[in-house]
Amino acid sequence: MSDTTTWPGMQFGIFTVSDITEDPTTGTTPSEAERITATLTIAKHAEEVGLDVFALGEHHNPPFWSSSPPTTLAYIAAQTERLILSTATTLITTNDPVKIAEDYAMLQHVSGGRADLMLGRGNTGPVYPWFGKDIRQGLPLAIENYALLHKLWREDVVDWEGQFRTPLQGFTSTPRPLDGVPPFVWHGSIRTPEIAEQAAYYGDGFFANNIFWPAEHYQRLITLYRQRYAHYGHGTPEQAIVGLGGQVFMAANSQDAVRRFRPYFDNAPVYGHGPSMEDFMEMTPLTVGSPQQVIDRYAGMRDLFGDYQRQLFLVDHAGLPLKTVLEQLDILGGEVVPVLRKELQRNRPAEVPDAPTHAALVRAQFGDDRGRAFRPGANRGDNLVGERPYTEATPRAGAAFGAAATKGA
Amino acid sequence: MTDQRRIAVVAAGLSNPSSTRMLADRLAAATVAHLAESGIEVTVDVFELRDHAHDITNNLLTGFAPPALETMINAVVSADAIIAVTPIFSTSYSGLFKSFIDVLDPDALTGKPVLIGANAGTARHSLAIDYAIRPLFTYLHAEPVSTGVFAASSDWGASADAVAPLGARIDRGARELAEAIARRESAASSDPFDPANYLGEGKSFGHLLGGLAGE
Repeated sequence: MSDTTTWPGMQFGIFTVSDITEDPTTGTTPSEAERITATLTIAKHAEEVGLDVFALGEHHNPPFWSSSPPTTLAYIAAQTERLILSTATTLITTNDPVKIAEDYAMLQHVSGGRADLMLGRGNTGPVYPWFGKDIRQGLPLAIENYALLHKLWREDVVDWEGQFRTPLQGFTSTPRPLDGVPPFVWHGSIRTPEIAEQAAYYGDGFFANNIFWPAEHYQRLITLYRQRYAHYGHGTPEQAIVGLGGQVFMAANSQDAVRRFRPYFDNAPVYGHGPSMEDFMEMTPLTVGSPQQVIDRYAGMRDLFGDYQRQLFLVDHAGLPLKTVLEQLDILGGEVVPVLRKELQRNRPAEVPDAPTHAALVRAQFGDDRGRAFRPGANRGDNLVGERPYTEATPRAGAAFGAAATKGA
Repeated sequence: MTDQRRIAVVAAGLSNPSSTRMLADRLAAATVAHLAESGIEVTVDVFELRDHAHDITNNLLTGFAPPALETMINAVVSADAIIAVTPIFSTSYSGLFKSFIDVLDPDALTGKPVLIGANAGTARHSLAIDYAIRPLFTYLHAEPVSTGVFAASSDWGASADAVAPLGARIDRGARELAEAIARRESAASSDPFDPANYLGEGKSFGHLLGGLAGE
């Protein structure tokens, strides 16, 4: 088991889209119940093998099961101690930003600060009309909804009027973010410069899924995000917070990896029946081979994108059986990530920030290790009387942020 | 800014040599000649979609263009004008031609002068230019010139149209395209990752926030 607490610079983890796909080698398709249980096992195993992050997608149509990430992540939080729970992605377009504010503040509390989230617009057309939205408004929805979400987590009482949502007067999103510090937000995009601009404007993180497209696409977006991060005064371009996806399948011997993964690749949703696996490996960061090949490929990512803070791998999709996914996690946590931590730590400039954690954000916001507690006025049913709905926020009693901090996450 | 212009020729013929390519080359040569008369220098990049057919299919399936296709797409969408020539299959543009159009960004051809060419076995298909191909470019907000040039097999030989021969129709279409090019400034670079392009010159993210940021 690898030690993950020695270097806070980067977080490594996995992200899953929650597809329920037939295993092309056996012709069997798991039930929803089987896949959900398997995913919980995978998340727990991610922590066991020393990974730092588990991120879950959001979909609202078969063959996906993850319609309610906060529920799933809250369960995983209760079953783990160190793992950071995140999303990939949370739909900022079709979810009510008020509900996102409430759900993820709640997840922050029950997980002891081990929650962040990644916002995206979603790529399934009918989801927009199902939730009463128009896909042609995708970008304006993402921009306006996040402006509201950002405000709800930072202002105790919000008056709001926008284009898309019913107005709010004197609204307080509860619970307030843990310790008075909102969950860290990553903005995910594969092609939209406005989203990179949005991430830069707020000083949030930017995540490039880095799976389906050639690296050059993501390089342009990340370069733009870094430049604009500096433009908006959050630091130097090198201090922007970047996350990358990736996709791997490993075996001790690279020929075995290729042979075992090919049927899954050839029949995978999205790219199956398209380019050959070899072409796809050349064009995208997909690496199918020995652990050393994966290490070499991903140790090179910083040459393409600059030093970064979070690396997530897709290892759990396309019908791969649970046993295989757990083996992949064993290799990832046992052989690959410990070496990548050393490689990516080497020659990393001191000014490059560490990966975002709740503890670090509390320190950054309050200058000490003590978060703020919110105590509502006694037995008050409204939040409109008086200056604010809470008595003066006071530092939380005791050592500040619960399990996450004391365990060094 | 130099007055060096560039035309991208897209030919969707499937055989090699193809009469689609022959028509495309004639249209390009005539356009270059007309521009030369106006003192406008022009370079021509010719692309045969056949060479990119596998990449186009992969792009349809994966959502991204493999490197060779991406280079080609960039050359097409950044040209000053396009000469687009397709064989007529089953009363319309070929499937490969449409697949290529489908992998372009929907805004990529906005305002672009286009000379449409088409070929088929007989002249009975000649209206396909106006009921099938022209609406496609209109939908994309390209600016196809009013003359489209159709070449039937017979146009290349003995039983050709003697009143309005192919050469004259090519010349008319080419002249219209040359005039459309001459009327315009050189195609400006429109890097989608330049903040001036997605925000507006000198504007900030607050502009996207609209009323929320008071801009």
